[in-house]
Amino acid sequence: MNSINPRAIQRDVEIISNKKIGAYHHMIFAVGDMAIAARPGNFVAISVGGVQSSMILRRAFAIHRAQDKGTFGGTIELVVAPHGQGSKWLTAQPISSKVNMVGPLGTSFTVPKEPAHTLLIGGGYGSAPLFGLAEVLKSRGCRVDMILGASSAGKIYAPLEGKRSVNSLTIVTEDGSAGVKGKVTDLLVEASQRHGSQVLYSCGPMGMLEAIEEIAHRLNLVHQCAVEESMACGIGVCMTCVIPLRDNLGVLRMSRSCIDGPVVDGSKVSWGSQGKIPEGTLGSI
Amino acid sequence: MSFQSFDTRAKFGAKYFPSAIFTASGCASSGKELAQFFDLAQLGALVTKSISIKPRSGRATPRMAETPSGMLNSIGLQGPGIDEFLAHDIPWLVSRGVRTVVSISGETIEEYSVLARKLRNVPGISGVEVNISCPNVENRGLVFACDRQASRDVVNGVRRNLGNDLPMIVKLSPDVTDITEIAGEVIAAGADGLALINTVLGMVIDIEKMRPKLAGITGGLSGPAIRPIAVRAIYQVHAAYPTIPILGMGGIATGRDACEMIFAGASAVSIGTANFGDPNAIPRIKDEMETLLRQKGFTAISDAIGVAHG
Repeated sequence: MNSINPRAIQRDVEIISNKKIGAYHHMIFAVGDMAIAARPGNFVAISVGGVQSSMILRRAFAIHRAQDKGTFGGTIELVVAPHGQGSKWLTAQPISSKVNMVGPLGTSFTVPKEPAHTLLIGGGYGSAPLFGLAEVLKSRGCRVDMILGASSAGKIYAPLEGKRSVNSLTIVTEDGSAGVKGKVTDLLVEASQRHGSQVLYSCGPMGMLEAIEEIAHRLNLVHQCAVEESMACGIGVCMTCVIPLRDNLGVLRMSRSCIDGPVVDGSKVSWGSQGKIPEGTLGSI
Repeated sequence: MSFQSFDTRAKFGAKYFPSAIFTASGCASSGKELAQFFDLAQLGALVTKSISIKPRSGRATPRMAETPSGMLNSIGLQGPGIDEFLAHDIPWLVSRGVRTVVSISGETIEEYSVLARKLRNVPGISGVEVNISCPNVENRGLVFACDRQASRDVVNGVRRNLGNDLPMIVKLSPDVTDITEIAGEVIAAGADGLALINTVLGMVIDIEKMRPKLAGITGGLSGPAIRPIAVRAIYQVHAAYPTIPILGMGGIATGRDACEMIFAGASAVSIGTANFGDPNAIPRIKDEMETLLRQKGFTAISDAIGVAHG
């Protein structure tokens, strides 16, 4: 069992940019030294709705990029999909307004010790943390290939500057409105063999992560994925965001995706178990 | 500006707690996470998640649904079991000097007694909360706090096995016809204090799926949405039993809310769901509450208990 990210802090941060890009909003926050502590895969939790809000829980967002210098000091960038009331409120906030942020939270992607061939796979706005990861991998001499998938073109998040940090970028859409028609997993086996990929990194819906893990297992590839389970607190106290995860001793435990995740070893997850407790979980009835 | 000293203590049984702000069980895990944000020594005590005899996986997900000014949870008492808890969590809290009230939960009357016996000689703990009111159990018939005789039997058993040194606070459910009846039973069985209230049983239906939102179907409602229910329960119990100390909780988000519970009859308050939205809620609420009480002219929190009764 992990502990809370020891670099996590809580503070009011200023929105310095808020741009609609396709189906998403790209937002930049001036966060000071919170940016130095952020690693690819970490997330932040933001209060929504203002002081008298009836929305009492924070919203969690994967960090897209973090920069510790520039005109505004440290900045954190997020890609927000305005799906629910909370994210709609956030994306409607004007520049120079402030929001309360807790971060950085959770685990981060582990970078290979030696330069390796890496393949990054994102679904929808799950691509957000992968560009920051790509920059780090590239700076360590890794080969970085990326496959991004979504239902349609408007839901692909692939900023121009992000493309500079990858060796190749393949777009896949289910309706064929951009790139190849199909799903990311349709291309995965062929792409990983062609690029000689040794490590897979993924972020997106749980069903996609499960399908990627199945392929990673078959091809004997290391697979790190950022999981998605709805959270109430993000700091490890509410016990709502649990997933069944094997610990280092092989014991299956309902583990907090905000503390032991969001980035986990894909082979340690008991997949397909939403709505039930898998057999053999510690303390299952 | 007044520099007059202000007495922030709260008393349960024979024990004085230096602060009247506690955590609510199940809303602070075992303390390590909130310690990242503020000094836990500011707490009257950390009330741990409710511990059972054996490890419990808890319920499947989804376990949570946000509701207007509140949330439903359906955790199902996930925890490591008393032995692992005593081996790992308690030593950490004790080494940090955190006053700790251990919350216990059993499936049978006998299990509560076994848990009490295991806690009796644990060094460094400050009290025991007997949770007889968790709504997230498989069988609603097992909610002891909904039955007078069962409530009395559990508390009797805990008192016998715990001894008289540690204060015993019993946590009751608002989901009963007359909470003062249950309160009377547990006081007669030896409770040193009452924790009021546990969550209120509720439900949300997912309109897209046309099915209950939570895997556990029902869940416990918490947050400001239930605060008036908590204030009512505290007021009723304090009116019926003015000398029993009450740990008030249920949607406290500000110092004003904490004062409301003190004025209704609470000796101290617990902060639960507010920790989820604001990791620094506890030091903030503590400051707000003490400032407000000073402004009202009080020199001790104990002087403000139950003033709403006139």
